[in-house]
Amino acid sequence: MALLPDDKVKIRVEELSFFYGKTQALKSNNLEIADRRITALIGPSGCGKSTHIRTYNRMFELYPGQRATGRIRMDGLDVLDRGSVDGITLRSRVGMVFQKPTPFPMSIWDNVAFGLKLKGCTGTELEQGVTQALQEAALWDEVKDRLRASGLSLSGGQQQRLCIARALAVRPEVLLLDEPASALDPIATARIEELIRGMRGSLTVVLVTHNMQQAARVSDYTAFFYMGELVEHGPTDQLFTFPRERRTEEYITGKFG
Amino acid sequence: MKRVVLQRKLVNALMVGLATASAVVALVFLGWILATLIRQGLAGLSVAWFIELPKPTGEADAGMANALVGTIQVVAMAIGFGVPIGLAAGIYLAEFGKGGRLSQVVRFVADVLLGAPSIVIGVFVYTLMVRPTGHFSGLAGAVALGLLMLPIVTRTTDEMMRLVPVSLREAALALGAPEWKMVLRVSLKAALPGITTGILLAIARVGGETAPLLFTALNSPYWSLNPTEPTATLNVTMFNYAMSPYADWRAMAWSAALVITTGVVLLTLLARATGRKAR
Repeated sequence: MALLPDDKVKIRVEELSFFYGKTQALKSNNLEIADRRITALIGPSGCGKSTHIRTYNRMFELYPGQRATGRIRMDGLDVLDRGSVDGITLRSRVGMVFQKPTPFPMSIWDNVAFGLKLKGCTGTELEQGVTQALQEAALWDEVKDRLRASGLSLSGGQQQRLCIARALAVRPEVLLLDEPASALDPIATARIEELIRGMRGSLTVVLVTHNMQQAARVSDYTAFFYMGELVEHGPTDQLFTFPRERRTEEYITGKFG
Repeated sequence: MKRVVLQRKLVNALMVGLATASAVVALVFLGWILATLIRQGLAGLSVAWFIELPKPTGEADAGMANALVGTIQVVAMAIGFGVPIGLAAGIYLAEFGKGGRLSQVVRFVADVLLGAPSIVIGVFVYTLMVRPTGHFSGLAGAVALGLLMLPIVTRTTDEMMRLVPVSLREAALALGAPEWKMVLRVSLKAALPGITTGILLAIARVGGETAPLLFTALNSPYWSLNPTEPTATLNVTMFNYAMSPYADWRAMAWSAALVITTGVVLLTLLARATGRKAR
């Protein structure tokens, strides 16, 4: 399924399988993630789309019993190969935002500065990094007068934008978004979607969503997962208008899922 | 239909009445004890009580200043010993040991230790520290109290840190934080108010202990700023004075009881305040 020439691919997934103990959750996924484009992963609950992106930053390796096989080449380097790619370095290159907002129990400013401080930023560099990230996450105007307030004092939608700012602050090459708007109301969701669309061209984004309209609205490419298999993947408008596979068609027309 | 409703209302009223009566009975005794304590305690309290050394019965201006300072000394040393070890053990259990064999054993032992009578701890430290050195010491008392604090601090830290959502940990790691930094800067920070409450309650608990000190710190009528010597504490002094046949000593024992209780109440209030601020 090579859709794109190599120089347009940021991540190439080859024969990726995943196991929770003895249960196989992903079956030989092959996928390419376009460089500086937005790729949406859709599919019914439990189809493996979250499991799939949790391999890109090796989040799973914190849990004994979880195991991935196959190759995930990011700029040619296999991120699953522990020998050549260190988990901490990998996670500073591949950011992640989760379903539920997860502000740390500290001030808004400290939340955003957290990752920058890990990288050793101090002084004006740190100051600028935090300001810029908050601006990029469209949160600056709302919080600029209370940067010392607790991150937990923000509303749900603001908290999620804070988490996005925090992830953007460390300047990742890839941003993984695991259903980032599913816990938010429609207005907050719209703001998050606007943000994601704005990342096109500067950041490689992988968006997991169970909301097909959302995938259609924001993504350039869409991949459909079903029961651990990657059923189909292609440009978003094509996949939604002319799906090649029957299972894709049945899912997007609402026959199951 | 109507009879059933009436019956339910009657049973309800009866049960509410019983529960209220039980609460009143419990509170009456508590109030009685406190009232007696305050009345008797205040009677024996004077400036001298806080600044003078103990004197033979009948002499005016006797005090328990050495025991007051001794208690603070012993408890402070116990904190220095019990809190860091308990904190580190709790962090290990919640973050690194998780469900492993070692952490299961440590949790079980901590729970057993939590229920152990404090006098057993006293005898244990007596055998460990007092017998070999040949004399009682404030340090031995601190070790005994520290051992009593240890399981409380360990288990509170463990429980509070396990309440920190996994998503928060993952969020920190997803930013490229090494595990130890995630634990110290995010998990521990999120759990800190609860842990502080636990530590304060542990201090309040050991501050009121007498039995383990009888075997370790013993007592002294003098200042004992050297921790390798027997050290007076309010609890043991109160115990001795209360058992004496002298009315003036017994009055001072009441005052000691009042001072200890006040200290415990203050610590508990502080613990509640920090716990509430967390929410």
